[in-house]
Parts: sequence; structure tokens; C-alpha cells
Amino acid sequence: MMVKTIFSGFGGQGVLMMGYSLAHGAMSAGYHVTFLPAYGAEVRGGTANCTVAVSDDEIASPIASEPNNIVVLNTPSLYAFQNRVAPGGALFLNSSIIAVESSRHDVRIFKIPSSEMAEKLGNPRTANTVMMGAFLKITGLVPPDIYLSSMATVMGSKKKSVIEINRKAFAAGHEFLKIAE
Amino acid sequence: MNKVLMQGNKIIGEAAIRAGCRFYAGYPITPQNEIPEYMAERLREVEGGVFIQSESEVAAIHMVIGASAAGARSMTSSSSPGISLKQEGISSLAACELPAVIVNMMRGGPGLGNISPSQGDYFQATRGGGHGDYRIIVLGPDSAQELADLTMDAFDLADRYRTPVMILADGMMGQMMEPVIFKTPKPRAYPESFIMKGAGAGKSKIIRGLILDPLDMEEHNWTLDRKYQVIARKETRHELFKADDAELILVAYGTGARIAKGAIKRLREQGLRAGLFRPITLWPFPTNELRDLAKKIENFLVFEMSTGQMVEDVRLAIQGRARIGFHGRPGGVVPTPVELTNVVMRKYDRKEGIIDHY
Repeated sequence: MMVKTIFSGFGGQGVLMMGYSLAHGAMSAGYHVTFLPAYGAEVRGGTANCTVAVSDDEIASPIASEPNNIVVLNTPSLYAFQNRVAPGGALFLNSSIIAVESSRHDVRIFKIPSSEMAEKLGNPRTANTVMMGAFLKITGLVPPDIYLSSMATVMGSKKKSVIEINRKAFAAGHEFLKIAE
Repeated sequence: MNKVLMQGNKIIGEAAIRAGCRFYAGYPITPQNEIPEYMAERLREVEGGVFIQSESEVAAIHMVIGASAAGARSMTSSSSPGISLKQEGISSLAACELPAVIVNMMRGGPGLGNISPSQGDYFQATRGGGHGDYRIIVLGPDSAQELADLTMDAFDLADRYRTPVMILADGMMGQMMEPVIFKTPKPRAYPESFIMKGAGAGKSKIIRGLILDPLDMEEHNWTLDRKYQVIARKETRHELFKADDAELILVAYGTGARIAKGAIKRLREQGLRAGLFRPITLWPFPTNELRDLAKKIENFLVFEMSTGQMVEDVRLAIQGRARIGFHGRPGGVVPTPVELTNVVMRKYDRKEGIIDHY
């Protein structure tokens, strides 16, 4: 098994955090894992992205020329990455921000209004964690309890209340797709 | 042991601190900035730790010379253009027989090039790099775990042979996060007598690379050379991957070797028995080990993220005993395992062997 996922959005939306927490969770679940951030000459307000590979065998390349999944938090990211996804793969879109439709018809598309959901929960900055709830619901890459404990670990010294609201955000994303389906 | 998920650059920093590195000087350059960032924080926390963001790369390497002479485990790091600037000091370290660890997170070149991963500095690293008759030990890690292990080993090797040791990796190794377990470092074994700490009432000591009498300098060169011969005999390291039944061997190091491993799995799925020879020490190059392999295997394909540098060492090792092909992607391009798989299928024929044999 080898699953590669690209996470992408504006700098500041917590894109790297999504990848980092998934990589940590997958490591805790016993998988081989690599996390590769894009480190180009980025500009403020520009896009940020990272690639996570999860496998039960050694990972040759941490780069995904044909990812199985993409998780996109803004429209430029959709345009940048939608055509790379392998046929039969999955697109996870933050539909609060992305108003356009994907041009792909050979992939599964999941729209999650994560910014609005995060705002309702009282912290708009948890939109990324809402997405992670939905992402793990569909992919099943890491069991939720292992992911949540990894999330708390990578958030490190952050306040307990921050971790608590992220748990709620994760649950909301996880529940959302159940309802939608 | 505790497994942690860390970025390559920070792994080097942590491994260095655990190995007892107490002096770091460097000047920022992408893609290795997390090394000085990490060292700045960690050297504050350990006793006797000194971090200096120097005014230039040249200054940094010369500060390392001073710290090493004064007995500290010392390190500097940079990426390709910055490593070129450090060569004067690396030559001095070699001449003065001072231990130090130098990290090169290679990026696309020549010139300022770009900030993408590359393997274009192999010649510079393995041939000494600066002026004069010297070599440095060059280690080529291909995983987070090896970044940790080889960084610790680099300090031990530097001390044991009183010589600079280079970690030669690339932007991808530096930026990527992977799980790692830090081994327990060995206690330092470095004789007090090598350390400059004031003669007191004793005899004064001089460490210098300026030896004006040609006959004395010749003797110094042969002394260094004898040391390099011992290193070449005792310290070569390599890894074999699926080589036992292989009809074709890929030769690659670092990031290139990871890609090659991915290609080998795909090639085997297609029925081609490919294996890997991965030099871990780039200098000393595992010449004899590769030559032995050429006794039973007739086809080799070298893959590098350059126009072809290590391939020359492969040719020197194999000495015409086998067919050698080459595939290179210079300039900061990181090809996929699928690309390399296709290249091998194109360049290798079951009956003819490697088709574009050098």
C-alpha cells in the first residue's frame, strides 16, 4: 500500500500542519512515512503546499507526481493540483472558499464547507482540522484516536483549549461526510 | 528507543548536539537554513554551546578552524554556492589536521543556480574541493535515519583521523520529514595533547598549514597521504539492495538511491532482476566492493542528479570489466521512480546488455 496526498492552500491556513499531523499519525500507526514541504521562493499570501506519503513499505520518493488525494483549501490550489490526481483518486475541497467546480470527472470529489464550519465552532483557524476529519473519514489512513493524539503532540505547547476546539473541529468534519452521504 | 518525526536539517542539528558538538558557525542559505536555526536554539541550552551567525561563509569556516584547534567539536553547514566559499578553510583544516564536520545540502548549480535538490557537487566534495593534495571523508545519507547516524559518525571519524568530514546530502534530504531514532553516541576519544589551550609552563605548540620548506611540505603531504590510505582501507561503506540475483545493478547515492530503489521494485514487477549498489562513503569510494560485484554482473547503470560525476568513480572501479550506462538529471530536477524505470527498460536489453555503454 502506498498513498500520497498533497495538501495545499494559502500560507496561514494551516496547510503544513495538516500534512505534519497526518505524517505523525501515520508514523504512530506503524507506517513508513515521509513529509515534504514545498520550500520554493514563496511569497507572502501565496500558496503553501506539502506532500505526505504513507506506505507499509520503504518510501522511495517523497514527491507525488500522481497523488492519490489532494486536500485543497483555496481556489488557486485546486487549479494547481487537480490535474495531477490519479484517476479514481479523491479531491477534498474547502467549499466555503472554492466556488468553482473541479474539471475532473474521473475522481471522487468531497466538498466540505470547512471555513464556515470552523467559524460556527468558534475558531475559524480550525478549518484545516475540519478537513482532516473529513479526509480521514473517507481514506481511513489513520484511526481517529491515533490521529487526535498525534495532533495534540504536534501542537505541543499550545493551550489545552486550542487542542479541545481542534478535537471538536475534527469530529465535525468526520461527522459531516456521514451526514452528506 | 523513541521514534520521532523530524525534518532532515533539524535531525542533523540534533544529532550534532547529541554527539557533543558545542560550536557552530554558519551563514544562511536555502535549503539548509533550519540547521543554523536549530543550532541557534539548542546550543543555547547545552553547557558550553556557542552559536555564531557569521558575516560570511568564509568567516564561518575559519571560526570552525579556531574552535576545532581549541578542542571543541565543531560544525558548519551551507548549500552549494556557500560550500564553494568555504573551500579555503576546508583546505586549511586538512593541512592543519583539524577535525570538523561540514554539511552540504546540495542545490542546483553551477553558479547561484537554484534552490532545488541536486547532486552536482560530487566532484568538489570527493576530490578535496579546495587547493592542494588532500581528501576529506564524504558521507552520503539517503534517509532521515542515516542523517542522524552519519552525523554522529562524522564527528567520530573527524576526531579519529583529525580530518574534515563532509555530510553530502541535498535539498530534499534537508527539507523532508521522516521518522528517526537517535542512537546513543559514543563518548568522545580525542587526546588532550591535540588541543590548544595555552602552553603554561610547558612547550609551545604550533598548528599551521604554512610550511615554507618544500622538503618539509613534501613530507607533510606524504604523511597526509598515508592517513588517507588508511581511511580508504578501513572506512568504506556501502549498501547492497536486491543484488543477490541481479542481472543489472543500478549505482546511485543519497536521494538518487531512494529513487533507484523505487525503480528497482517496479523493474522486478516487470520481470527484470535489478539491484542497487549504494556507496555510503563517497570518499573513500567503495572501489573494491564494486569491482568484486563486476566479477559476476555484466551490466551497471549509474543514476545521478547531475550530468555524470560519480560515474567516473564507477568506471575507475569496474575498469572495463562490465558495461556501464548512465542516466542523469542535473540542475535541480528530481525524477520519479517511474521515469527511471522507463529509462532502464530503454537502455537495457536482455541479450545486448546496456545499450549506450560508455
